[in-house]
Amino acid sequence: MFEDMVTARYYEERLQEEYLEGKQPAFDISAGPIPGELHLAAGHEAAAAGVCRHLRDDDTVTAPHRPHHVAIAKGVDLKRMTAEIFGRQTGLSGGKGGHMHLFDPDVNFACSGIIAEGCPPAVGAGLAAKKRNEDSVAVAVLGEGAISQGAFLESLNLAAVQELPVVFVVEDNDWAISMPKDRITDVDDGSLRAGGFDMPGVRVDYDDATAVYDAAKDAIGRARAGNGPTLLEVQVHRRMGHFMGDPQSYRPDEDTEAAQERDSIERLADDLREAGVEDDDVEAIRERAHDRVDEVIEWAKDQPEPDPEAAHEDVFVNPPSGVTTDEPTHELAGSDD
Amino acid sequence: MAQQESQAVERELTMSRAMVEAIAHEMRENDEVFYMGEDVADYGGIFDSTEGLREEFGYDRVMDVPISETAYIGAAVGAAQAGMRPIAELMFVDFFGVCMDQIYNQMAKNTYMSGGNVSVPMVLTTAVGGTYNDAGQHSQTLYGTFAHLPGMKVVVPSTAYDAKGLMHNAIRDDDPVVYMFHKRLMGIGWMPAPDGPKTPVPDEPYTIPFGSADVKREGSDVTVVTLGLHVHQALEAAETLAEDGIDAEVIDLRTLVPLDTETILESIGKTGRLVVVDEDYRSYGVTAEIVASAAEERLADLDAVERVAVPDVPLPYARPMEDEVIPDVEDIEAAVRAVEP
Repeated sequence: MFEDMVTARYYEERLQEEYLEGKQPAFDISAGPIPGELHLAAGHEAAAAGVCRHLRDDDTVTAPHRPHHVAIAKGVDLKRMTAEIFGRQTGLSGGKGGHMHLFDPDVNFACSGIIAEGCPPAVGAGLAAKKRNEDSVAVAVLGEGAISQGAFLESLNLAAVQELPVVFVVEDNDWAISMPKDRITDVDDGSLRAGGFDMPGVRVDYDDATAVYDAAKDAIGRARAGNGPTLLEVQVHRRMGHFMGDPQSYRPDEDTEAAQERDSIERLADDLREAGVEDDDVEAIRERAHDRVDEVIEWAKDQPEPDPEAAHEDVFVNPPSGVTTDEPTHELAGSDD
Repeated sequence: MAQQESQAVERELTMSRAMVEAIAHEMRENDEVFYMGEDVADYGGIFDSTEGLREEFGYDRVMDVPISETAYIGAAVGAAQAGMRPIAELMFVDFFGVCMDQIYNQMAKNTYMSGGNVSVPMVLTTAVGGTYNDAGQHSQTLYGTFAHLPGMKVVVPSTAYDAKGLMHNAIRDDDPVVYMFHKRLMGIGWMPAPDGPKTPVPDEPYTIPFGSADVKREGSDVTVVTLGLHVHQALEAAETLAEDGIDAEVIDLRTLVPLDTETILESIGKTGRLVVVDEDYRSYGVTAEIVASAAEERLADLDAVERVAVPDVPLPYARPMEDEVIPDVEDIEAAVRAVEP
């Protein structure tokens, strides 16, 4: 758990450095080695690590647009994920998906850039497991900004009424881009929503990985035993802007500072030391994680860019014959000639 | 002509400032106008579509809403039917799937289904376009989707002057108007605009009627019909082509519904050659519509046609692949050369 968290944090610190290259001094979103937007999860690590520790490769996870910490904890191939983020040919989707759209079917991981839209597919994975009498479970991870979406509320209801093995994990970081939580909901404790669907709801108030681990153990155990879904809300914090380049002028400085001070990783490190783990062992974990991250980033940067023509592939697994191509037709219209 | 009027004015605005100026004016004039969307108040819109409005009008009239497109866009429909004039922003057009029922089954159809007894005087603003590598769920243009479904007027400005005049008209219109602004034209710091969208803009309000395409460059050899970002790319291509003695006329559609076929047909009468350029998907889209309309009305005048559009693939993330599928200046040049005898 500690290693997953340290890996995720350092991974994103390195991505941030790479992302900003070529964007200094003037931030131009289309410059630099990493394409597109980048949403970092620094401060969210405890939620992913505590939950995914209970999951197997055949369990499904759907993550939102801020996916790296969840992907790392779920065991997504870090090299190919990094190559994908750099838009390289050897990336998970050959450079087609990018950082918000990571798919690793080997460990049943997917994510989506549309808010709350990972919930219905997680319900579907739970439905498939139930129909096949398998004991795999599905976990949908979303932010607290997503709880107003129909897809989330409809998914809770469907999972509950069908008693499906699904755990909904809400990462509550208090901010939906520029909107503070108190302006999007009158329900401070999001786990109370579970009552409306007659399913268990649990909230972990401080971003304490151990407490998340314990709560998730119950929820995932319940799902795996065929006892239906759970809503688990985990308080995390957003150390960064919503996306890289977000000026955060809407956010009070003291809120950003408080988020920086609350560090779930240091908290867990202290817990480990108190539990008798030697400092050297904690540092060894950190060092191993950093080495691994440095290695995959260097590897990914060395990977080739995709062939532009590859853009035309993969629309269908079974492409229809005579599919439209981009070739100019040069056909003459009209009857004059 | 819009261009001629604007030449007398020295003050230049970015497209986002021009849009906001029109919205602010209409809000001052009419208490029934309000703006609703995600991150539109404190943030000022992710693409600066509402920059400064909250400071003047407060949270009651520039409303941040929870991430719940079905609820707030549907609420705009309800408020419009109650006689208000809401502007609702869908942050990226790609998010339309979340709330399309409220858009195409309610906003667009209620006037018709009520036999004309209900009007829905709202504006749906939304950001479109790629060219910044944000992949399949944040880079689409989707002009064709909204123009295809009946009941919505569809507006696509390409300059600050047009953005202001079209916005005034959109807010005053008694029908639902979908106002699609291209991110790359807004003039935001982190997404540099090409030369062109920043234009002189008069202080006073003015309207640009829907259904009036603008001939942005006159020419005699080939008619290039386009909209949004690709107006500027077509103009750039036309300059290069002119060096080779090819004189391209560039038509900016400005609105898709209603569509100004007259201006297109007149131009075809002059040139006999048609190139249609669109950042949306190729099949069943704007290019097909324009070519079909031209063929219906002026088949005998048409010597050659070409379409330049995104092939039928979702927008890829990596740069070499995005560059491959989104039409650029060179693609437009090549298409014009291909229709030249």
